[in-house]
Amino acid sequence: MDFFRNLFGKKETGKAAPAGENVVTAPLSEVQLQTIKAMAFNRHEPPQLLVASGQSVGRQRELNEDSLFSLTTTVAGNNSNPPFGLFIIADGMGGHQYGEVASNVAIRTISGYVMKKFHNTLFNLPTLPLDESLQEIAQAAVMEAQRAVLREAPGSGTTVTAALVLGQQLTITHVGDSRAYLLYNEQRMEAITRDHSLVQRLEELGQITSAEAAVHPQRNVLYRALGQGETLEPDVVTTPFPVGGYLLLCSDGLWGVVPEDEIRKIIYEAPTIQRACQNLVSAANAAGGPDNISAVLVQLLA
Amino acid sequence: METQRIQLPSDSGDRRTDTGQLQPGTNLVNRYLIQEVIGVGGMGSVYRARDLHFPNVVKLVAVKEMINQAPDPLVRQTIVQNFEREANILATLTHPSIPRIYDYFTLDNRSYLVEEFINGRDLEVLLSQTEGFLPEEQVLDWAIQLCDVLSYLHGHKPDPIIFRDMKPSNVMVNQYNHIVLVDFGIAKPFQTGQKGTMIGTEGYSPPEQYRGEANVQADIYALGATLHHLLTRRDPRLEAPFSFAERPIRKINPSVSVELETVINTALQYNVEDRFKSIDDFKQSLVGAGRKTGLLNRVSSRATSSVVIPAEGIKPVWVFQCEDEVRGTPLVYNGLVYTGCYDNNLYAINASNGEFQWKYPTEGGIVSRPAIADDTIFFGSEDKRVYAVSARYGKLSWMYYTEGAIRSSGRIADGHLFIGSDDRFLHAVNINTGRAAWTYDTGDEIRSTPFIINELVYFGTEGGELLCLDFRGQVKWRFKAKRAITSSPWVQDSVVFVNSMDGFLYAVDAKSGWMLWRFRMEKPSIVSPTVVDTLVFTGSADGHVYAVDTRSAKEIWRFKTNHQVNSSPVVYKDAIYFGSIDNHLYCLEYRTGRLRWKFETKGPIAGTPTIFDDIVYVGSNDHFIYALLA
Repeated sequence: MDFFRNLFGKKETGKAAPAGENVVTAPLSEVQLQTIKAMAFNRHEPPQLLVASGQSVGRQRELNEDSLFSLTTTVAGNNSNPPFGLFIIADGMGGHQYGEVASNVAIRTISGYVMKKFHNTLFNLPTLPLDESLQEIAQAAVMEAQRAVLREAPGSGTTVTAALVLGQQLTITHVGDSRAYLLYNEQRMEAITRDHSLVQRLEELGQITSAEAAVHPQRNVLYRALGQGETLEPDVVTTPFPVGGYLLLCSDGLWGVVPEDEIRKIIYEAPTIQRACQNLVSAANAAGGPDNISAVLVQLLA
Repeated sequence: METQRIQLPSDSGDRRTDTGQLQPGTNLVNRYLIQEVIGVGGMGSVYRARDLHFPNVVKLVAVKEMINQAPDPLVRQTIVQNFEREANILATLTHPSIPRIYDYFTLDNRSYLVEEFINGRDLEVLLSQTEGFLPEEQVLDWAIQLCDVLSYLHGHKPDPIIFRDMKPSNVMVNQYNHIVLVDFGIAKPFQTGQKGTMIGTEGYSPPEQYRGEANVQADIYALGATLHHLLTRRDPRLEAPFSFAERPIRKINPSVSVELETVINTALQYNVEDRFKSIDDFKQSLVGAGRKTGLLNRVSSRATSSVVIPAEGIKPVWVFQCEDEVRGTPLVYNGLVYTGCYDNNLYAINASNGEFQWKYPTEGGIVSRPAIADDTIFFGSEDKRVYAVSARYGKLSWMYYTEGAIRSSGRIADGHLFIGSDDRFLHAVNINTGRAAWTYDTGDEIRSTPFIINELVYFGTEGGELLCLDFRGQVKWRFKAKRAITSSPWVQDSVVFVNSMDGFLYAVDAKSGWMLWRFRMEKPSIVSPTVVDTLVFTGSADGHVYAVDTRSAKEIWRFKTNHQVNSSPVVYKDAIYFGSIDNHLYCLEYRTGRLRWKFETKGPIAGTPTIFDDIVYVGSNDHFIYALLA
């Protein structure tokens, strides 16, 4: 806040007490020191996105019905070029006809819709300012995907979780039971999506315990999915991307078999995020690999 | 009735469209002439057909087609047997609200049910084709009819029949305004039960139905859910399951009587034992509510629906009379309240007893909020000047001249006062010297109050721009709304919240100016939003105050006043305070939007209240400044 003083060369009149007077001091804790170190050394200018992903059909399925999309670049800003990222995971419904078609149509439609909106901005073509909010674009993309799935894979269904990163804002659009997690640090990991599954809802209402939920016969029953039902309302939220932390998108083939503590450990212990993704997939397979596994891991360096 | 398993050659008139539907003109089993598709469901289609066994009259029937998708032959056979058993039960039912079953048969992998054709529309269609809330007495009338038919089904011998699928789209209203239940659970066995299969009508069914329990309580709950949907127009399929308690009927549609709401709430209880014991109990309560409110007698009694207001006996701690309207926002500092007034004066009043301390006269109205730093009060006036006067005695330190009236409130950061003016400049004025460090020409009047954080200055203009300047006065970014931004921005967690005269509340990324989301209000707004936790509070000329989730842009609640809201909401402890042009100051619980109290003045309240030490200070156009207990 010394800006004006430096700028205008104004000397503060000597009113201010010397800094540190009457202040009790104590040595910093190890955690505080590390935080300060991290802040001091890990500043990245301009901010940038690191991305990796991993997929596996698993050990018990013959068909991969998950689909995954990932793209990063930067957009032109007034006096900086903020990072731009689009990451999508879709899990086609097992047992349904064309589950893999549904998930693929979903990610291609959503990425196509969003990229069209940003096309001129990204490729330096004449642009008009966008008249829509990021949430409106993300939501419209999912509605477009709903129509595409109904058209191209009728009778099937898919989950979809899409993350649009612009600068340091993360906009998540979500239907079904794939998940988006934010990892703030080694201790803290939070799901920012809510599963649209019956069992999750019953658990939230205290009707069943989480232990019962894990083995509930209907644990794969969704009450909202793309391509199913006449009405669709995706969840859309915008939240700041945790600087230095991670965003993890994954299908239930990962979160359903590898406990959250272990996911967190794998991510923080891996030397690179590419390795982290491979290790996540291996962990799910080691646990039996009952379903297709997909994961996208994103880090914002800023 | 015994037209079972007639296997016809598949070329005998079974013509199908690309989507697998029967084409108009198709003659089914040499008896039913298909006219058109009147419905499409997950299991197949419903057609209107003419029954050719009555050649001299046009007898219309509904033909329901169910496609057997099970791949396993044994399962297929079971499904068909179940269908036939159900059809046989249905054929024995006689009730004015149940369509008559005429026939059923199976062709290849398709089973057909022929039933009475209902000339009318279902309640889901009716909702989509109408606007505004349905009259309460109409919904009550249908509700009682539905109880009657459910009572008939539940009383069926030897076993009760559970409808299982009560929802607006399964209730038809015929041309005589009688209701008819359609789509008995007969289609259910045709659903395949694999991983990820969606459940029938999520949203209307009770929790226990998902555990496979279907009993009379399930129909009671689903009827409650249907009535909730009809009265609120909120589709439960778009909400999380079992979340009716989070959407009280009267919160959405205050014209519904407390009595009817209470009855429906009982039906929607989460635990079976808390609901009505039987559908007859449900009906009795509906009738009771209808009698009590007079709805049943069609005696219009709108008087029952007015909001319950707690004691009008709120006494101000003190009042202070000025000579003109008070539109400014008070500032409390060191035991004094400072308020600008349209009578051109800035008043200093004792905060505890309302005694006059001093006033500073300017030559124009003062509509803003004063700023304080170093025992000096800074404020602008419509006489185009910024004044710096001592907090204790009102002695002038300096005056700063702009070229236009000042309606923006100043904000102080880093030794400078940032203030907008109708001269179209944002001024950064050194608070010690009263000289400009810089000015920035926006090209439009600035009435918005700057918000300053992280050495950045955010403000709106009457040209509809939201600007972000750095401390050098350089533009970082600009964002354009469709109309003026008179509202003052609020920045929290890297997001700028601001209203515009275009009727939107905008959320814009504080670093880049990208629009994250916008929330539509019904009318323009000059209100400045305020954020607490994950809620942003705002108001609009549409008379509402809104609470909106900062991350999802979802409306959490809204509260209606009787006139425009131009006053900005202020949160203090667990409540929110704001004025309305309807003359009242309101206090609501901020999490729920529930009214705690309201206080009436003799004029519109356009200014924003200030709360300090459990006292609310607010000015009114009735020339008074009020101090009230929060």
